[in-house]
Order: sequence, then structure tokens, then C-alpha cells
Amino acid sequence: MIKSHTGNTPLARKAGFVIDVLTVARRAIRSIPRDPETVVPAILFPAFFFAVNIGMFQDLVDTPGFDFKAFQIPVAILFAVTGISRAMSLVLDIQGGYFDRLGMTPVTRLSLLLGLMVADLVLVVLLTIPVLILGAFVGVRFETGILGMVVFVIISGFWGLAFAGFPYAIALKTGNPAAVNLSFLIFMPFIFLAPVFIPREAMTSWLGTVVMYNPVTYLLDAMRSLIMVGWDLQALFQGALAVSLVAIFSMSLALWTLRNRVTRK
Amino acid sequence: MPNNSSYTIETKELVREFGRARAVDRVNLFVKPGEIYGFLGPNGAGKSTVVRMLTTLLLPTQGTANVAGYDVVKSPTEVRLRIGAALQEAALDNKQTGRELLDLQGRLYGLSGSITKNRIDELLELVDIGNAVDRLIETYSGGMKRRLDLAAALIHNPAILFLDEPTTGLDPISRTKVWEEIRRINQELGMTIFLTTQYLDEADQLAHRVGIINHGKIVAEDKPDVLKKSVGSDVILVTLKGSIEAAVQLCTKLPSVKNVESHGNQLTVSVSNGAQAIGPVAIALNDSGIPIDEITLRTPTLDDVFLHFTGLRLAEEAQAEEWKDL
Repeated sequence: MIKSHTGNTPLARKAGFVIDVLTVARRAIRSIPRDPETVVPAILFPAFFFAVNIGMFQDLVDTPGFDFKAFQIPVAILFAVTGISRAMSLVLDIQGGYFDRLGMTPVTRLSLLLGLMVADLVLVVLLTIPVLILGAFVGVRFETGILGMVVFVIISGFWGLAFAGFPYAIALKTGNPAAVNLSFLIFMPFIFLAPVFIPREAMTSWLGTVVMYNPVTYLLDAMRSLIMVGWDLQALFQGALAVSLVAIFSMSLALWTLRNRVTRK
Repeated sequence: MPNNSSYTIETKELVREFGRARAVDRVNLFVKPGEIYGFLGPNGAGKSTVVRMLTTLLLPTQGTANVAGYDVVKSPTEVRLRIGAALQEAALDNKQTGRELLDLQGRLYGLSGSITKNRIDELLELVDIGNAVDRLIETYSGGMKRRLDLAAALIHNPAILFLDEPTTGLDPISRTKVWEEIRRINQELGMTIFLTTQYLDEADQLAHRVGIINHGKIVAEDKPDVLKKSVGSDVILVTLKGSIEAAVQLCTKLPSVKNVESHGNQLTVSVSNGAQAIGPVAIALNDSGIPIDEITLRTPTLDDVFLHFTGLRLAEEAQAEEWKDL
């Protein structure tokens, strides 16, 4: 027999912001292994890209003292973690009405987005591991040791999170899965107008100018410095600044679209 | 602070506009505690828009709405703590199991782990999902999804339950099961239930009072029996081959006839005693040379009430709305 409760003092109460975030995150993390179509390409594609790049370009750019494999590891990582988000599941929640169900609970609105981002951070960190193992397998070593590797993973994680703001903004604005799928295209000019295959110094003319204003350039520099140079604080600072700028822009967009989505107008 | 109204749901001159279209037009609702209120109308009549305002998902354009004593605009969180809702189409996450979904709902409503667990056990008795509760929701049938949706709406034991077309798309057996559950929830818990439906029999079977809404306006409201009696004790349905206008004029003059509605080639004649009146109606039409294709006698339905107040059958109005959408 189900118990009665019809008084004006409700059984429910506000759980609080932290519990809200953790609850939403727990659901999102739980659904990751049940959603292999999101994870498997993110593991296979960077490994494939890494192998092809090494095979095709290593002989062209190989010069004494320059380790092309180490040079390519951050690129593979960026392909692994960029665009990884639960934005597609957010779209499905919106389309299926589950987002409305969440909206009828006393949950803090911001936690509906932040919870998903916590799950993204976990996934992004996990996705860096196979690429690092692959790198180690082909002989790439970190000049900065284990601590540098940890910093490398943290930078990768924050980049993944910073970029995730774009698919979330698209998901919240459009509620359209096709539009979310296209969000990866935003990354294309970022990556191909950055020193992906050759060092930055070798890029001249208009490309050199564009590369200078591309945040991915500084992100790659910071990540590569940890592998190939050692503790280069200037490169790390510039990388962190570049990621922060992208994060501020993308998160502002995501929060603005979240506000529009949950505003009851 | 809650207001001191004796009504659980109270709206005054509630209006919702989308651009220049008025979806809800000055709706006044007064739902008492423990009541099942049926909100009946075709697709596009404004039922779901009213529910979305009452469940804090949408702001009214004008007017006021109080739910559980709290204003839906000024105190949405207080309202949310006291309501549960299952909206059109079961709103679930297919990648979770039923138990995981209920647990998540409980946590979002601030329930502790042990209370959530107890509530899940209680609700599983009520909604009859069985062992499937530990399976992924994507493996559930439509009926099971609806029942799980209902359980999710009840996890925090709300004082008011909103059900937006809870049986649309269900097969007759699943529909009957959902009806039984709604009755049990109301009878065992004394929970107020606000139910929207486009099914006449659903409103008739479940609701203590029915509000009929069309084009955003409430056109009639009362107990189902009272509404049906308002169009007569019995209804004679006559399908004609001849002039409908002449038939209307003729039937209106007959002494036992209370009201005559025409629609297409069909005449709906409301009478106080059908057994006595059907003969004179048939004879009068026949004597006037108006050929009858079919004549039947039945008790009035809410569809007759809808016809009386809107001039259209409910199914036809729904079809007209669908054409308009196209």
C-alpha cells in the first residue's frame, strides 16, 4: 500500500546545487558505456589519424633532433577530445520531453548543463589514455615525466570541455541532432589553420598570420612543450590563456542558450 | 507563503499567446482537493498549454494561476515541490533502467537514498512493471513506459498530479490499466489529479468534473452526468437522405423534443424520454417526405455535449485542427 501525502508540507525539497550537479553527472556518466557510438569513433579515429600522419609525413619532415611522432601526439589527442560532449543526449532529452520532466523538478537549471560537463571531463580524460599508450608504444617519452603527463591530460581535458560549449549551445538553441553533429565542423578551421603537420616557424605569409591568432596554435605549443621541451612556463601560460579564451566564449554561448531554453517564455 | 484558497488549482482569466495566436483564452479553473478534473478537448484546443503553465514550464501572458496555494509565476519552486506530471508521450531516458530513472528523480527532489528506495518499492507495487524495472527503458512496451512515467511523476509523493493525455497511443488493455492506476492513486492517496484527454470515454470514466475546452476557451464545465443531462436524457440520432433544414424545423416543433442539432446529414435530437419520442420523430419525418437512412436511440455522451456547445463533433474538430496544422 502506497503511503498518503497530501498535506501542504511536501516530501520533496531542493537538493542543493552540488547534489544536483552530481546527480545529473552520474546519470550522464552511467550512459557513456551504453552509448558506444559516441565513444568508439573517438578512440579509433585519433589512432587512425596518428598512424596515417606518421606513415605519410614522417619521412618528409624528419630532421635530426625533431621527433615527428612526439610532434603528432597532441594532434591525435585533440582529435580524440574535441567535440566530445553529451550534447547529443541533451538534444534527445529535449526532443523526447525528458528535459521538460527535469524542468518540472526543483533542480537548479545550471546543474542541468554543468552535470553533463562533469561527465564530459571524465570521458575526455579517459579518451586521452589510449592515445598516450599508443604514443608510448611507438617510443614517445615525456621530457617532463609523469607530472608533465598529468598536466598534459589536464590541458586536454580543459580543451575538450572548452570546445564542448559549442555543441551544447547548438543543442540548446536548435534541439536538432543534425545541427549538433555538424558542430565538429567548427573545429576544422581551428585545426587546419594551426601547426598540425609542420612547426609553426615553417608557416609563413598569410598562413603564418592566421596561425598566430589561432588559439589551437598555443594549445599545441603548450602540449608539445611538455613532451619535447620540458617545463616551458611561457608556452604553458599561453596555452592555458588560449583555452580559457575559447572556454569563456563557448561557455557564455552555452549559458546564454541554456537561459533561453529554460526561460518560460 | 501559500494563499488560503480552498482550491488546489485556481486560475483566473488565464491567457497564453504565441505571437499573435491566442492558445489559451481567459480560462478560469477551480479544482478542489482530491478531485479528478478532466480537461477535454480536441488536439490544438489549448489543453497542453494550460498544463504547461500550471506545471511552471510556461509563463502565462495574462491572468493568474495558483497551484497548491502558490503562484506559478512568483513561486515556481514551491509549486514544483508539490506537483508531479506525466506529459504527452512518456518523457523518459531510454538509456537508463526504470530503477535508475526513478532513483534519479528521487534525488532531484531532494529525497535521501533510503526514502527514494522505499518510494521506488511502493511505486513498483502500484504501477506493475515487475522485474522489467531493472531493464533498460528502451526495451519497454508503450504501456510500460507510460506506467513508469507515472511512477516517476509520483516519486516525491506530490499533492497534485498532472496527466497530459496519459493514454494517447496506447492499446485498449494498457489504457484500462492506466485508468485503474489513476483511480487507485486518487482513491488511496486522495491526490488531486488534473487530467487532459481527447478521449470522451476517458473523461467520462475517470473525471469527477469535466471542463470542455475548444479554441482556448472553456465552453462547458460540470460533472459528466450533469453535462450529459444538459443535452437531454436521451438522444435520437437520425441520418437523413433529404433536406436537413426542413427536418430540423419539423423536429423542433415536436412536443417531446428539447433540442435539435444538425451536422452534415445527421440530426441529433435531444429528448427527455427516448422510448416515447423515437416513434413520433420517425413518423413526423416520414409523413413530411424526408427519407430516413438510419435512426438510433442512445443516451447522451460528452461528444453530444461538445456538439451542443461548439456545433462540431469532437473527432471532426480534432481533424480540422490537424488540417490547420498542415
